[in-house]
Amino acid sequence: MAHRLAPGFADPVHEGQAVFRAAMEALSRPGRIRPLVTALAPPGPLTPELAALALALTDADTPVWLDAPLRADPAVAGFLRFHTGAPLVAAPAEAAFALIADPAHCPPFTDFAQGTPAYPDASATLILAVDTLSDEAGPGFTGPGFAGQVFAGPGIRGTARLDAGPLPADWAARWAANHAGFPLGIDCLFVAPGRLAGLPRSARPVGAEASPGSEALPCT
Amino acid sequence: MNPSNPAAAPAAVTVSAGPGYSFAYLDAGTKRMIRRAILKAIAIPGYQVPFAAREMPMPYGWGTGGVQVTAAILGAADVLKVIDQGADDTTNAVSIRRFFTATAGIATTTRTAEASVIQTRHRIPEAPLVEGQVLVYQVPIPEPLRFLEPRETETRQLHALAEYGLMHVKLYEDIARHGHIATTYAYPVEVAGRYVMDPSPTPKFDNPKMDDCPALQLFGAGREKRIYAIPPYTRVRSLDFEDHPFRVQSFDRPCALCGAEGVYLDEVVLDDAGGRMFVCSDTDHCESRLGESCLGETRRADGQTGEAA
Repeated sequence: MAHRLAPGFADPVHEGQAVFRAAMEALSRPGRIRPLVTALAPPGPLTPELAALALALTDADTPVWLDAPLRADPAVAGFLRFHTGAPLVAAPAEAAFALIADPAHCPPFTDFAQGTPAYPDASATLILAVDTLSDEAGPGFTGPGFAGQVFAGPGIRGTARLDAGPLPADWAARWAANHAGFPLGIDCLFVAPGRLAGLPRSARPVGAEASPGSEALPCT
Repeated sequence: MNPSNPAAAPAAVTVSAGPGYSFAYLDAGTKRMIRRAILKAIAIPGYQVPFAAREMPMPYGWGTGGVQVTAAILGAADVLKVIDQGADDTTNAVSIRRFFTATAGIATTTRTAEASVIQTRHRIPEAPLVEGQVLVYQVPIPEPLRFLEPRETETRQLHALAEYGLMHVKLYEDIARHGHIATTYAYPVEVAGRYVMDPSPTPKFDNPKMDDCPALQLFGAGREKRIYAIPPYTRVRSLDFEDHPFRVQSFDRPCALCGAEGVYLDEVVLDDAGGRMFVCSDTDHCESRLGESCLGETRRADGQTGEAA
């Protein structure tokens, strides 16, 4: 299949560092939106933000799993293979990173590596390209996904509020189960045009402001 | 230390990087590996993430772990401060600052408030840290249980099971032998209610500063190949007993130079006749106060006027 290979970072050292620092800030302050600016123009359904995180964090040591829309476009695999050298794996359980362009059909968290009690760090990081990503109060996003979901825990002063979607309808329950398994579990990075938010497994769901269907979960 | 001339402290010096180095010394693949370890360390507060530590152009024990963490996070816009036992002007601090000046060409400072990244050996600055700052600790022995259980396979299981009875026995034996908990540095802490963590050999005086700190705290152990983290605003509790609560050191006199109270003091031997004085361990804190004309007893004795705060 003939296509022009899209370029990677113009300045790999400093752009990679800037993207990593954005991810580090995002995971260390869960639920808070951080700017993520990139000039990448990757092919097909791979968004510039997904591509930026993939180029900054993955390489030959990190198996990467692509969701169905990303797998369907061979230009995506070509772009990632050329610029990162990361092996693309078919089984989610083998992946260190999962790139997800269609988060509404994200597989269950339990399909991904959870780590082991002795090595909880041997777990997957999910990078999801969502349409809605906001930490501002007020009605607006009604789901499905995190609709006014409130979190507490390490990195959060008091509580943090997050809108993110579209995501599977049972997303809040999935996250509650993911947190309940701490220190095992997966970590998420949500990206949207020009911004990202992090949600490590340590983020404890403490209810939702906007959606009356969600229940407050007991503190663990 | 040169407390007599606080004006000489350089603030935000910029020198361009020397040729032939990758930015901040490490190659891109090593940085990505360390960065991935840092992200998992943040997601699992207090858990020690194994990483493939490289040999650095300095001996183990001189901060090879902290240097690798700093090199992995550093960007061109960062302003770096390095302290060794609180001091900006001791060998370890000066050489690491020069290392990053030479390999990354970034700005350095001695002022806590001006720094975006602070690498530290065994102290936390007296000035409160703020959001956006990153504190990088140099760690010699990351495993808090190591001197109680030498086998890595066993300590890993103890962490997996959150089985920290050994540590409480150790603190109890302190009480049985000395009447109080005699551990004064590397005092074990529990992070976010789960992992027991070695705060590196900081004096226990600094443990309360780790709790609910607005800055991100990263720990790097080069020889032991471990990275761990305390995210901002995380509960950090020093282990203790109901009838023997955790207490920090207190000093019965203020800093002899700047008159500061409620800070950690170093003892300085002055002569062979038993003369000594106690001065701020944090040289930037001391010099800042001297710049604001806060004077301790030695300065007042020189005939200068001033008021100890």
